[in-house]
Amino acid sequence: MSKKVPKEHYENTLSHRLKQWLDGTKDPFLDTVEMKPQKTFKEDRRTLVKRKEEEKRLLERIYDIRHNPEMRVFRRAYNVFSVLFCLFLVSMLLIAVSHLPSFGNASNPVNNEVAGRYIESGLQETGAVNIVTGMILDYRAFDTLGESHVLFIATCTVLILLRIDGDKKGRSGMGYAMENDRIHEPKNDIILQTVARILVPPIFIFGIYIILGGHLGPGGGFSGGAVIGAGLILYLNAFGFEKTERFFTQKTYRRTSFCALACYALAKSYSFYTGANHIESMIPLGTPGAILSSGLILILNICVGIVVAGTMYTFYVMFRKGAY
Amino acid sequence: MQFVQNFPFITIILSLFSGPLSSILDGKKAKKINLAVITVIALMSCAVLGFVIRSGAPYVYMMGHFPAPWGNEIRVGVLEASMAVIFCIIMLLCMLGGVYEREEELEETKQNLYYVMVNLLLCSLLALIYTNDLFTAYVFVEINTISACGLIMIRQNGRTLEAATRYMIMSLLGSGLLLLGICFLYDLTGHLLMSNIQEQVAILHQTGMYNIPLLVSLGLMSVGLAIKSALFPFHSWLPDAYGYSTLSSAAILSSLVSKGYIFLLAKIFYRVVGFDMVRDSKVVNVLFVFGIAGMIMGSVSAIQENNIRRMIAYSSVAQIGYIYMGFGLGTTAGVIASIYHIVSHAATKSLLFVAASGITDASGDSTRFQDLTGAGYRNKLAGVAFTVGSLSMVGIPMFSGFISKLLFAQAGMESSHKLLLTLIALAISTILNALYFMKTVIRIYTPVSRAAIRKKGFRNITMKENKQKSAALVCFIILNLILGLCSEPIIALFRSGLEMFS
Repeated sequence: MSKKVPKEHYENTLSHRLKQWLDGTKDPFLDTVEMKPQKTFKEDRRTLVKRKEEEKRLLERIYDIRHNPEMRVFRRAYNVFSVLFCLFLVSMLLIAVSHLPSFGNASNPVNNEVAGRYIESGLQETGAVNIVTGMILDYRAFDTLGESHVLFIATCTVLILLRIDGDKKGRSGMGYAMENDRIHEPKNDIILQTVARILVPPIFIFGIYIILGGHLGPGGGFSGGAVIGAGLILYLNAFGFEKTERFFTQKTYRRTSFCALACYALAKSYSFYTGANHIESMIPLGTPGAILSSGLILILNICVGIVVAGTMYTFYVMFRKGAY
Repeated sequence: MQFVQNFPFITIILSLFSGPLSSILDGKKAKKINLAVITVIALMSCAVLGFVIRSGAPYVYMMGHFPAPWGNEIRVGVLEASMAVIFCIIMLLCMLGGVYEREEELEETKQNLYYVMVNLLLCSLLALIYTNDLFTAYVFVEINTISACGLIMIRQNGRTLEAATRYMIMSLLGSGLLLLGICFLYDLTGHLLMSNIQEQVAILHQTGMYNIPLLVSLGLMSVGLAIKSALFPFHSWLPDAYGYSTLSSAAILSSLVSKGYIFLLAKIFYRVVGFDMVRDSKVVNVLFVFGIAGMIMGSVSAIQENNIRRMIAYSSVAQIGYIYMGFGLGTTAGVIASIYHIVSHAATKSLLFVAASGITDASGDSTRFQDLTGAGYRNKLAGVAFTVGSLSMVGIPMFSGFISKLLFAQAGMESSHKLLLTLIALAISTILNALYFMKTVIRIYTPVSRAAIRKKGFRNITMKENKQKSAALVCFIILNLILGLCSEPIIALFRSGLEMFS
């Protein structure tokens, strides 16, 4: 049997404070805050009815389901055929896969002289301890050159779609975007800012380490750039645009990625040109294992890292606000 | 090694480099650089073509210090070089023809991004043409897809955004299937280089090993590229994408982007799998059937259309059907006809798009047929150009379309069991083409009273008003006549190129 306690007395107990903290109505550091648990989404009755009506109208007026046998047949046949087609595709692929050479067999066609040379003489020929890096940035550097431009052009497409320029009015204007972004702006959240202050420098350093050590161990430009991009996004979320725009704007992104891609293209052009014309390359491979080794791979990794970091951050900003 | 032999590699790197460069410049400078780059690349490709014709043999160019199966390489033959030259010329004319529309329809701050897309598109087309490595081809297919998507949606209105979304979904599906096919092929042969795969596939074909996965991989690659190049019934994204994007985008997309994929498919048939194996596998028969269906259905849709640009777009579906029908015949003559039609259609379709925009300029920017009546008198050059394009599409002698139809018919004669179907399809499709193109030509040359024109507020457009577009139209007409009147040396060129191919 629990004892009934007067309300004022109860408010001083530990259990009451624990309950408040769990509900989010009271913060131990900031005292009472205006935080409320999120309401579950419940659609307004009126909008629900309206939505249903619109759907009905679409079916009846636009497609005219009742008097349009073509449409009716098409909709039914579409459902049936899509299921049948998926089943057909799945079964075809499964049958094809079951006829492939068994996995891990030493006599498989993939275990041929190509993979053999990568493994046996990859270290001497590229100077990279990490064979995968040696493959993508030296043996098959042309593919990776294309791949880094895929990232760049994807960002450009997102810029076309989402970037807000000038002073347009209405929902697509800059003012609306600013207003809308206030939802995401940090309200000087001490926990987030403290954590960000502690975490962001190590994240950057770790990203740089991954990029610089790409030819020595697991890592490389793509993964390291992604880590740095994540660090930038965390910093932005903690401190807001005012702070990040002091060192990273769209202009910075375009200039750095141009420099990185141009550097990549020039460096690789030199190597393609000398390679095809059978001229001895001037770039020394160095001792495998040292940080300054493996020819151009280190520079290419840095270039790729810059492009990837900028791409990650720009994607985030474009989807959040549309300008920076 | 002579210095000319470096040119294919230099053209690829130059267009690749000019992409990011355009992103830091403003629209005007980016435009100049873009035109300069395309011109330089066209000249370089001409030099390469001359070199390959003189030497009479294809050569491979090592991309890096490692020889073929380990590193990347590109391969240059007569067919590749001539495709590069033609694609560059057509792209230059498309860009020239749409200068005014680009400045009008695109946001000023985003103009430079347009040139980023065009430069990288050119780079990916060149790489697709020259590459000798399946995976490199896939990487540049990705660039091609994304830049085409950007070209569609840079003119931002609801319809282009929807069109771009559709294009993205269909095109990514196609890329996915292509990648699956490449993966299967790699697992069976252990190579990504085209020549090595062909050796291995020939061995597998003789011994009869892994027959089913080989067939599936060939099917996946064919279907993937067919989706990307809008073969019927995968064309639903096409009319909106071509009909509402800005002029040079529509012209480039219809004449070059889809053709790049088709050329890659030809490359896969000849250089990766081997054409004998393709013929035995019956995949060609499937392409044949869908090609013929596309020829008819595309034209039927075009007849029902009331918007001139969408009508031209639907006509593309029919013309792509022709190309696949040529592949489907399964003979070398059929493939040569298809390749000729790639070139002829690229030249004619971009001409039609530019001419149609000239006609709509003289009709208050309306694309509805009712408003186009008499437009051929208001903009004389565009009227003539549109007539030339229409006659070529229908297949009247003197124009390029006639030669390709003749080649298709001749190729059909060689394969006895497909002869009847080919000829009937050609006849029906020609009649349908004539129906909608001649209808338009007659409409633009139907005189209307001055009072009616004044009431609608239409004005006459002289040649001097939009010099770039007029120049582009004149060049297009000349190109079309060259393809129609001097076809013999060009066909001989393609034939020798195709021999070098395998």
